[in-house]
Amino acid sequence: MSSNLLSICYLIASVLLILALKGLSSPETARRGNLFGMLGMALAIVVTLLSGKVESPIWILIALAVGGSIGAFVARRIHMTHMPQLVAFMHSLVGLAAVLIALAALDNPRAYGIAAEGGSLHLASRIELFLGAFIGAITFSASVIAFGKLQGLISGKPLIFAGQHWLNLVLGIAMIGSGILFCQSGAWAPFLIMLALALVLGVLLIVPIGGADMPVIVSMLNSYSGWAAAGIGFTLGNSMLIIAGALVGSSGAILSYIMCKAMNRSLFNVLLGGFGGEGAVATSGKGGADRPVKSGSAEDAAFLLKNARSVIVVPGYGLAVARAQHALKELVNALIAQGVQVRFAIHPVAGRMPGHMNVLLAEADVPYDLVQAMESINSEFADTDVALVIGANDVTNPAAKTDPQSPIYGMPVLDVDKAQHVIFVKRSMAAGYAGLDNELFHMDRTMMYFADAKKACEEMIQAL
Amino acid sequence: MEPTQLSDAVQAATSSVEVVDPFVAALTVFVLAIFVGFHVVWNVTPALHTPLMSVTNAISSVIVVGAIIAAAPSDGSLGSILGVVAVLLVAVNIFGGFLVTQRMLAMFKKRRPAGKEGK
Repeated sequence: MSSNLLSICYLIASVLLILALKGLSSPETARRGNLFGMLGMALAIVVTLLSGKVESPIWILIALAVGGSIGAFVARRIHMTHMPQLVAFMHSLVGLAAVLIALAALDNPRAYGIAAEGGSLHLASRIELFLGAFIGAITFSASVIAFGKLQGLISGKPLIFAGQHWLNLVLGIAMIGSGILFCQSGAWAPFLIMLALALVLGVLLIVPIGGADMPVIVSMLNSYSGWAAAGIGFTLGNSMLIIAGALVGSSGAILSYIMCKAMNRSLFNVLLGGFGGEGAVATSGKGGADRPVKSGSAEDAAFLLKNARSVIVVPGYGLAVARAQHALKELVNALIAQGVQVRFAIHPVAGRMPGHMNVLLAEADVPYDLVQAMESINSEFADTDVALVIGANDVTNPAAKTDPQSPIYGMPVLDVDKAQHVIFVKRSMAAGYAGLDNELFHMDRTMMYFADAKKACEEMIQAL
Repeated sequence: MEPTQLSDAVQAATSSVEVVDPFVAALTVFVLAIFVGFHVVWNVTPALHTPLMSVTNAISSVIVVGAIIAAAPSDGSLGSILGVVAVLLVAVNIFGGFLVTQRMLAMFKKRRPAGKEGK
């Protein structure tokens, strides 16, 4: 295959990969987009195998088959609640693969056509290798820690110690220093030292970050894995890899931005870490826990819901923890059958990763056109008879709008307080992850219904 | 299209006429692709942000191309062994990423206009 033909095939594959992302602009086109993505990937792999560089593809095909079966198996079996872990795990694989490819390129530059006369590397190639490898290494170790935290293998609590940021800074400088040494000499030793430092740095960057900030971290690692791929693309001089890497890199960056904005925090603030730990609890003040609340039973809740014209359900991650999605869906079905208009309001950080709650509801067969994003549904609360909050807390807290002293002040929240009645399904009066009292609990129009989310849904269905 | 010949040819050309460095060409592609990425991703509906992440995982696994080239000599050298391992790792991602995305997207159904939807 001529290299021009090869490049054109790569170009076609790149366009197909772009179309895969473009398809995600609506659920109707998304499945077709995903097919385009698969086609693009298949094309890229096949033309590379046929490019003439591969003498005997047997080991490559075995690796593809084994890895592919593992991937297919995991994809079929994974619980939707575990998607954040899976995504973090996959980021780590991209990072590790980028490191391995960089090492292979250093071992045999001729294979990539990047060798200078002496068989060593050009300076430009060394710089590109350095960038691709260290981003890959950080992505790998950081994703492993993120995976551990999400899976519960490592405590989700932020780990903070004195001089943490200075240590990171020193390590970072040492890493760049050995990278520069490598760029000058092209030798193995500084390259390996740089990789080791990058691996340690990846771990240290993630340990101070609290479990509640994981959506931002997972998005950020998504971005890193893209930049690592682009770095490898530069090394190989392959436009398709550069394009794909840039797409993924900017995608992850946008998602991190959206998540940060939804929590009213800067990326810098998230990275410095510590949120969701002890610092925040001190602010719960005002003796909130002692104030009276109105609590009711399943029958009271069912009565309110049955007589409402319109209901907005506000689900939070507590819903998924209690595995109550299906029970909730049954409840909603029963209400719709009685002629009640039911919609769902989703806060951007409702799940453990961007868009997580939407997937969890879709899995429970909730039609996606009933599920609306915060911006589009917030104005509707005022015309709503009942807001049913299940497993959510901080994202409904009006203090974010009214109390400049509150640590979540300025965070966009759902206007649940504007609804005629509010039903709060909650296990106890315990505060949310921000450790704050919620003014909503004490409103006259609020009924607290203390129960596990799943049990609550089942009991309300009974009472209807 | 022997790669070494190609880079030799490029070098020969640079010495006589001023040719744009391949790095600059790659940088051009890179910057333009970032713009395409921003444009396309801002148009992704928030409801599909999780499938977006899983599919971008699969997409960044196009570095399989680099892994295949590394594995190509299949001479048992360190580079080729690392290449095979890298192919295996990204193959997990490619299949896992696209298939789990497909599985998720299949769940997103519209409300059926008439009556109740069953399971």
